Amino acid sequence: MSLTVLAIDDSRTIREMLRKALTDAGFVVHTAEDGVDGVERLASISADVVITDINMPRMDGFGVIETIRRGTESPAIPILVLTTESAADLKDRARRSGATGWIVKPFDDAKLIAAIRRIAAV
Amino acid sequence: MTKIDDIRDTFFQECDDLLEALNDGLGQLGDSADDAAFDDQTVNAVFRAVHSIKGGAAAFALDSLVKFSHHFESVLDLMRSGKVQPSTDLLKTCQKAADHLTDLVASARSGNDQTSLYDQDLAAKLLAFGNSDSGEAAPPEQDFGFVPMIIPISLDFYTPTDTSTFIIKFVATYQLFANGNDPVHLFRELAELGEYSVSTDTSELPDFDDLKWDDIHIKWEIRLTTAHDLSDISDVFEFVDGLCALSILPLEDEIAAESPQLTEIAQQTTALMEPDAPTPADEDQKLQRATTEKISASPKASVRVDLDLVDKLINIVGELVINQAVLTQCIDDAGLPESSQTRASLNEFKSLARDIQENMMAIRAQSVKPLFQRMARIAREASDIAGKSVRFETLGETTEVDRTVIERLVDPLTHIIRNSVDHGVEDPARRREAGKPETGCITLSAAHRSGRVLIEVSDDGAGINRPKVLEIAISKGLISADAVLSDSEIDQLLFLPGFSTAKVVTNLSGRGVGMDVVRSAIQKLGGRVNISSQPGKGTTIAFSLPLTLAVLDGMVVNVAGQTMVVPITAIIETLRPKAEDIHLIGAEGYVVSIRNKLIPIIDLGQAFGHRKQVGRLSEMVLLLVESDRKQPWALAVDGIYDQRQVVIKSLENNYGHVPGVAAATILGDGKIALIIDPEEATERSRPQGQMRQLQGLEEV
Repeated sequence: MSLTVLAIDDSRTIREMLRKALTDAGFVVHTAEDGVDGVERLASISADVVITDINMPRMDGFGVIETIRRGTESPAIPILVLTTESAADLKDRARRSGATGWIVKPFDDAKLIAAIRRIAAV
Repeated sequence: MTKIDDIRDTFFQECDDLLEALNDGLGQLGDSADDAAFDDQTVNAVFRAVHSIKGGAAAFALDSLVKFSHHFESVLDLMRSGKVQPSTDLLKTCQKAADHLTDLVASARSGNDQTSLYDQDLAAKLLAFGNSDSGEAAPPEQDFGFVPMIIPISLDFYTPTDTSTFIIKFVATYQLFANGNDPVHLFRELAELGEYSVSTDTSELPDFDDLKWDDIHIKWEIRLTTAHDLSDISDVFEFVDGLCALSILPLEDEIAAESPQLTEIAQQTTALMEPDAPTPADEDQKLQRATTEKISASPKASVRVDLDLVDKLINIVGELVINQAVLTQCIDDAGLPESSQTRASLNEFKSLARDIQENMMAIRAQSVKPLFQRMARIAREASDIAGKSVRFETLGETTEVDRTVIERLVDPLTHIIRNSVDHGVEDPARRREAGKPETGCITLSAAHRSGRVLIEVSDDGAGINRPKVLEIAISKGLISADAVLSDSEIDQLLFLPGFSTAKVVTNLSGRGVGMDVVRSAIQKLGGRVNISSQPGKGTTIAFSLPLTLAVLDGMVVNVAGQTMVVPITAIIETLRPKAEDIHLIGAEGYVVSIRNKLIPIIDLGQAFGHRKQVGRLSEMVLLLVESDRKQPWALAVDGIYDQRQVVIKSLENNYGHVPGVAAATILGDGKIALIIDPEEATERSRPQGQMRQLQGLEEV
């Protein structure tokens, strides 16, 4: 069965790019446009991996990770963070929040897919 | 179109929204700059807008755009974290940066290279804001409390073509699992790199009864023979860096070196977990920080549609309206009774067609906000160049207008606003003398009024210098020296071709484009321009525009045997006058007395030259129309046929502008009828007035 990925990003452009790259790779892709939307969406689908942006309105990426990790639904789901290039401290903070891994924007399709395969439990 | 081009389009569409949000936010910040409560929420939104533009631009390798938005974002980030105080100067620079960002996006969108456009000075200025207290701005890299035990190997020892063997020792922490990682995945990936074997050390596993679920007791040792180098192996552990104890050593070193034993590693693992494990209090705080951003209502769901498709649909709806008229005509001709099923169905069809049409129009409608933001920028730039202090205010930003109308308003509005800054608002010294505040004010407003859109630009400047205007008009031979003009007629002189009051051609408005060009641009849209001015108090220029360019509700009337259409939106009331209410003033100036008010009458048949004399008014129908000068006029017609939707077909491409005629339409019987512009029709026939003289001059 193909992997289901939930991609959370407030930028329509990035959402579309993720959707294209991941659909082409054979994943089932759901998207959400901010943290609140993403956490709600996760409750209604059974995703294998979550990809989240950090800077978003309503709830940011750290909020997403912490909410999921403290929740009861799928606290150990792999979560990839999309960070910008200059974000060494963000990586640390993401890791402390409970992120499984990170991908640097602009992302390389092959690397992103490899990273998802790496962390997804099959 | 490929998928990537689609996404590129999405990016630029998103940029439009983001730039709008950016300008909005900066506007709000500008308003609240002096307040103690500087809105964090807004700063965040502004930051996010620039950040998202940068993110998307990076995906499309738009380097200048990335570079500039990066500088911009850095300053906003410092503002966001309170490290830089939002001074007026800073906000002004941000506004300029937003303008420049808009330019860069526009340039990237049209596929141009942005390198030449890139504003080094502005970027440097942004950088300077960032650097002013860079000491605090760049905190030293945080020590994560764990030094990865990777021993670098020299290149002379290692050649990539050879395979070498590495010993990898690995102990996971609880956090590694909690973060959704799993050693199994790491091992699988290692296995892909070469020949691999793993041994598990379970010696420290306690008795089952003593086992705690979140304690880690298992250690792994992996022997990997691979053609890959050390960094490839380290990459496998990238995500778990800091969440495990790890040593990777070439086999030779492993044997030779005093390498750390697994027990030591395990000890370090415990040490690693202690200082950095976030305390519950920390976590709470973080969670709160992350989630307390005000939760705003979700935006309405929407889809993006290709504009060509919308236009195609609008055209089809136009054809549908014509077809409906033809059908109605056929049914009328067939003499079916009003009560027949066919007629009932036709009426339903009409109402559905109207619904479709109205909704199509709503799809094409756009708020004037982006246009207004653009004008705010024009005003800023113009006042900078002119060295004047001008406050720019907008009203009715949410007013929706057909997008073509909005697009075509850009040039005329730009011209008017530059004019207002350049000629309208006085310089600070003169304003002081006149007892006005030094900062002038230009207001741009939009509102719906009686089925049209009214857009006004007002300034609180010196007003039109009428003696000067008159003098110039006479010296240029535009009017005769002995002409007696009313104030408003003098103001209208500004619209004559070739009229320019500027003594010196300035950088701003004097670009050889006159108010006549503004007027013809507005007329092409089926709109009208009106100017009014009070000496010493200011000038207002108003555009009155149709809501849509495709269809209008018209009253089909008989004008001396000709079928014509008058837009219903212009008509206040219709009446058949009593003979005793009609009075003659002067030679042929008829007026009608309605509720004790005298209203001038214009016989459309005479005005359009279909008859020499005014018709028998007491046998005609009067249409009371509202004029932009707020004085009603009565248009006399020979009879009313019908009231219906008509499709607007422009005449101007083929015939040029005919005063008093807005456009034409096709009726149900296939005949062409002219659509009247009531305002112009009244001007056209104002008896004995000076306007006729002006009109004549204009047409030369």
